[in-house]
Amino acid sequence: MTGAGGWVGGERVGATMTPLLRSPEDLEEARKRSRASYEAVRNYISVCGGTGCRGGGCLAVAQAIRDAVREEGLEQTLPVRLTGCHGFCERGPLVVIYPQKIFYQQVKPIHARRIVTRSAVQGEVLEDLLYKAPDTKEPIPHEEDIPFYRKQMRLVFGQNGAIDPENIEDYIALGGYSALVKALFHMQPDEIIEEVKKSGLRGRGGGGFPTGRKWASMKKAHSPDGRRFVICNADEGDPGAFMDRSLIEGNPHSVIEGMIIGAFAMGATSGYVYIRREYPLALQTLTKALQQAREYGFLGRDILGSGFSFDIGINRGGGAFVCGESTALMASMEGKVGEPRPKYVHTVEKGLWDRPTCLNNVETWANVPLIINRGADWYASIGTEKSKGTKIFSLVGKVNNTGLIEVPMGITLREVVFEIGGGIQKGRRFKAVQTGGPSGGVIPEALLDLPVDFDRLTEVGSMMGSGGMIVMDDRTCMVDVARYFLEFLTEESCGKCVPCREGVRRLKEVVDRICRGEGRKGDLHLIEEMAPEIADGSLCGLGQSAPNPVITSLRYFREEWEAHVRDRKCPAGVCKELITYSIDPAACTGCMACIKPCPEQCITGERKKPHVLDASRCIQCGACYEVCKYDAVVRR
Amino acid sequence: MEMANPTTPSGCLCEDLDPILDRYGRDRGLLVSILQDVQEKYRYLPKEALERVSQALGVPMAQVYAVATFFKAFSLKPRGRHVFQVCMGTACHVRGAPLIRDKLERDLGVKNGETAADLSVTLESVNCVGACALGPVVVLDDEVQGHVTMAKTDALVRKVKS
Repeated sequence: MTGAGGWVGGERVGATMTPLLRSPEDLEEARKRSRASYEAVRNYISVCGGTGCRGGGCLAVAQAIRDAVREEGLEQTLPVRLTGCHGFCERGPLVVIYPQKIFYQQVKPIHARRIVTRSAVQGEVLEDLLYKAPDTKEPIPHEEDIPFYRKQMRLVFGQNGAIDPENIEDYIALGGYSALVKALFHMQPDEIIEEVKKSGLRGRGGGGFPTGRKWASMKKAHSPDGRRFVICNADEGDPGAFMDRSLIEGNPHSVIEGMIIGAFAMGATSGYVYIRREYPLALQTLTKALQQAREYGFLGRDILGSGFSFDIGINRGGGAFVCGESTALMASMEGKVGEPRPKYVHTVEKGLWDRPTCLNNVETWANVPLIINRGADWYASIGTEKSKGTKIFSLVGKVNNTGLIEVPMGITLREVVFEIGGGIQKGRRFKAVQTGGPSGGVIPEALLDLPVDFDRLTEVGSMMGSGGMIVMDDRTCMVDVARYFLEFLTEESCGKCVPCREGVRRLKEVVDRICRGEGRKGDLHLIEEMAPEIADGSLCGLGQSAPNPVITSLRYFREEWEAHVRDRKCPAGVCKELITYSIDPAACTGCMACIKPCPEQCITGERKKPHVLDASRCIQCGACYEVCKYDAVVRR
Repeated sequence: MEMANPTTPSGCLCEDLDPILDRYGRDRGLLVSILQDVQEKYRYLPKEALERVSQALGVPMAQVYAVATFFKAFSLKPRGRHVFQVCMGTACHVRGAPLIRDKLERDLGVKNGETAADLSVTLESVNCVGACALGPVVVLDDEVQGHVTMAKTDALVRKVKS
């Protein structure tokens, strides 16, 4: 795998090997040098190196741009920089020309030479590569003017894209580790905890527990041998959420700085990042960042001469959703199976190795330096009464502008889906938005004006979760979505407690048969009867919230469920056993595109004559539906 | 569950695993990480390797086996030379991932979660790789393939079979 960052071409002016920083003054000296070299390079090309853009081929684009720079003999004057995720993944690979900040999207290697010679050197704006407003088709040259970004408030994510995640100097140049200095040298541990309390920060991993209160409990807890731990939960298991990965890949030091501040406040002796194995790039970036933090003296013995010693290790998750639960996560860190335990004794008192342990999510830790630097009052001025600050969401599914967004708490779902998200793909009809992953629920159109915060989402039966927002249109079957989550939870239930292990499985069996068109009268009541039992009887959050996706779906989309049970129909055209494919002879142009992809050879016809689909041999694979450009393949 | 036939490409396991065990200071708390490295080395967890890890860390074999079968990362059976992972995250699901998975099952002749008899290919599903904007996503040999269509699936299968 190629590294996430690195300056290529053009030495960084004044950059020298920075020795271990022994004091705040050392850091300020280092900052002066970093800033000078950061600012010395004004004209450069930045290529988004996030996972989304990599999937779109950004590494080939970066290479082509580098080649073009070299061929033009510009290595010394025009650096190419691979940054973290910019958020607008749908439009990747993304390239930005500095200092003008010209924003190019869907760039391919063949565009490289024009980008270098005409745009970066001559300052020309290449109109064909600009983002175009969906309504007016007007090209928009700058990132900040694009509707996707305009309504956002990028506090935590702000430096993604501005810094090279593999170079600590960039983070320092932009003010990094100044909150740490403030905490270590100008604040008492209790003051830090008080500040976090006052800020109103709540856990970003899903639960929404007040972070300051957790810290205060941990501070009070006694450890028999003095060992105390802080852990960063980077085991982002919610399907459809990827903000934690992008934070670590794009700005790892903000997370590390938050952890050191927390450790100092709570008196922790060591820290761990529990990171998901499916995220190899994040692991690589984090490993490098920790190493650099150590070299510079932000980790290790006597940090910046403060007398406080602390270090962070990495623990790779084994791939289990239940390990998002604190006690299960800690069990797996002890080399055991990741099963949760009852929490009569909280983990802040007895957590990892039975020592006081504070577990916070990646995004929560990344908020801490902001709060320390700019103050609790400033932070608490953003958001709603009980949910402060911003939240990063991954806006995905059937929406036009998919990607990662950071918005103030309290923004409405309508603003998110229709203004930032640019509405539904292909002009189809909005049906629901799913939040909170497998623990959350679906929210219908009638509730689109709901302000997004922890409590309001819970009120309507869903939850914030870690911030996945999956938009669904009229071709998404709500029964199928409920079945999907039950399948997920059946697989991921650890099996320790019966209500979850058996209950969710039974629930899935009922929904499965409804999807197959074998639903029985009374099945919907059966589901409603089982759900609260499972929720009440389960040991941990996984089982307690497992019925949410089904229950909200039933609450808001009952008609669709009844259509499956009563009429044996799937109105959205998804449930395989309930749909048939056919070809509309009036719409079919006879282009023959659907004939070859059909694995069963059940479509016949001649060129320019309507084709015929033999439904008796059709396996509902959807191949013909996908290739038809004339909407002539009908699915009902 | 029956343990897989422990045929390993590089002979004696006992010495082979020392660098991995030493890398983690033979810390039993890092069992999950150690097993991941062992799996990376052999593409699965041979029985002998589990025994060696158990003995070196002083962790009962039952616990090593429990961990090795609990987490998704591990396989007790040899995996294929090529690995298709179909992302089954919510975003990919609503954009049609199940149809892609079904097609791969048909075209590769391998059921989801299984490996071809000649060890040429493994097909498995994963719960979200965090590339949701590109959905549906298929990861082929650690490389993320975005906006996967039936036609693109054909191309991926051809690539592996050639």
